[in-house]
Amino acid sequence: MRWINRKPSPGVRTLLMLAPFVLLVIAYGLGSMARLADNPSDKLLPALGTMVDAINRMAFVPDVRTGEYVLWSDTGASLGRLSIALGLSTLIALVTGMVVGMLPYVRALLAPFIATISMVPPLALLPILFIVLGLGETAKIALIVIGVAPAMIRDLALRVQELPREQITKAETLGASSWQIALRVVLPQILPRLITCLRLQLGPAWLFLIAAEAISADSGLGYRIFLVRRYLSMDVIFPYVAWITLLAVIANFALDRLRIAVFPWSNLEAR
Amino acid sequence: MSEIVFDNVWKEYGDQIVLEKISLSIASRAFVALVGPSGCGKTTFLKMLLGEEAPTQGQITIDGVPLVAEPGPDRGVVFQRYSVFPHLTVLGNVMLGKVFRAAPVTARLFGAARRAARDEAMALIAEVGLAGSEDKYPAQLSGGMQQRLALAQALIMRPKVLLLDEPFGALDPGIRADIHVLMKRLWHETELTVVMVTHDMREAFTLGTRVIAFERPRDRPEERERYGALLSRDIDIWPPRIAGAPLSNTPDQDDLVAPLGHGQDDLAPTQGG
Repeated sequence: MRWINRKPSPGVRTLLMLAPFVLLVIAYGLGSMARLADNPSDKLLPALGTMVDAINRMAFVPDVRTGEYVLWSDTGASLGRLSIALGLSTLIALVTGMVVGMLPYVRALLAPFIATISMVPPLALLPILFIVLGLGETAKIALIVIGVAPAMIRDLALRVQELPREQITKAETLGASSWQIALRVVLPQILPRLITCLRLQLGPAWLFLIAAEAISADSGLGYRIFLVRRYLSMDVIFPYVAWITLLAVIANFALDRLRIAVFPWSNLEAR
Repeated sequence: MSEIVFDNVWKEYGDQIVLEKISLSIASRAFVALVGPSGCGKTTFLKMLLGEEAPTQGQITIDGVPLVAEPGPDRGVVFQRYSVFPHLTVLGNVMLGKVFRAAPVTARLFGAARRAARDEAMALIAEVGLAGSEDKYPAQLSGGMQQRLALAQALIMRPKVLLLDEPFGALDPGIRADIHVLMKRLWHETELTVVMVTHDMREAFTLGTRVIAFERPRDRPEERERYGALLSRDIDIWPPRIAGAPLSNTPDQDDLVAPLGHGQDDLAPTQGG
């Protein structure tokens, strides 16, 4: 049998799925043990036990100075910024993407402009944002929106234009106005794509969030990582990175489930 | 009524002439089949009639009124593909026209208005043989059922003219024969003028009251750009088929394909055609 036709059984599939994760942990464990055997006070690859202590300290023991549970307050701050920024981006992208995709006049006006804006490296704008908007939340949220929204707008506008012309014509023969077509034909078919688009932008959004927090913040996951970096506290940084990854994976999965639950037709196989 | 008149219509795309000197008049309640080789402008002709394309020269009128260069509710259409909305159920697809007409701002209906539209849609769904599939999405229907749905969706607007762009071209012969029967019945029972583009001669002669052929008389490579297709044949079917008066002696169905009853198009059991 050819390799392209061999498929793993469900059990094997689960095993294969877990293998790289397990291998990564084992490789880390071996590396850590080797380094710690040479130098017990090595900080670069702390033992798993040390990391568990760090997690315990960050998550379940109140901070002596502020009385807060650091991991949770950091997570709350970061997720707050992220959700406001992504909510704004989604709203902007939906409205702009739809009018750009549907109306030739708006497309002529805005499409080249948005294409240009989306080429501006957002991180290069960060100093300007901090100077203009101050060091508070606004600048961080603005960075994420600037980094994420143009790509979302372009993607959605393209999706709108990709809708078969026949569908729009059909709606017109059913007597629909532009507004009605937007509401009943374009919008519902674009929403599942909007969710997918949002999923794809989770990675960049986290990148901009951590960049902004690293430079100026007083809480947040990125802030913490860049704070403890000064003490070479890898035992904190590694769990934080894993936690951020886990949050992103959960958000990605939840958004996809949401799409299937709300728009069941979007998961039916296209004919 | 709905008489369609093409008065010396030309269509050019840049330097390319597609259709030349098209003058014809389509009687109210006719069933015109347009045939011709690929690229001879059949679809362009239909697009002009639909209002998607404007003629370069000449004029198209329906009942003496010049055609607006925009599709509208007086002309229904069924395409070969993408005629129905994948995000709406069968019922949602059929009701949509009613909803557009009744709710210009919200594009949704509630209460009694919704029930009335729903009842009308359900009747039409049963009429085209889709009873029992109201809550399915188009992706869950077979190709033949999707085209039945597209017909119901177009007919709920009670259009004067129904335009069909190779609507049954992608269906296999048995299913196509079934849907021909349905198409004929709808044409007999509804106030409709039908214009159908097809590349299937048998279909043209089985359904039409009149078969019109387009052809490029000058088709050498150096001529192809400057000479378009002309109306080359215009055949009235004999014995004449008259809308509303089904003939008993001419078969409504392609005779070589025997109807196999239910099952071939996954029809709901209440379907009678």
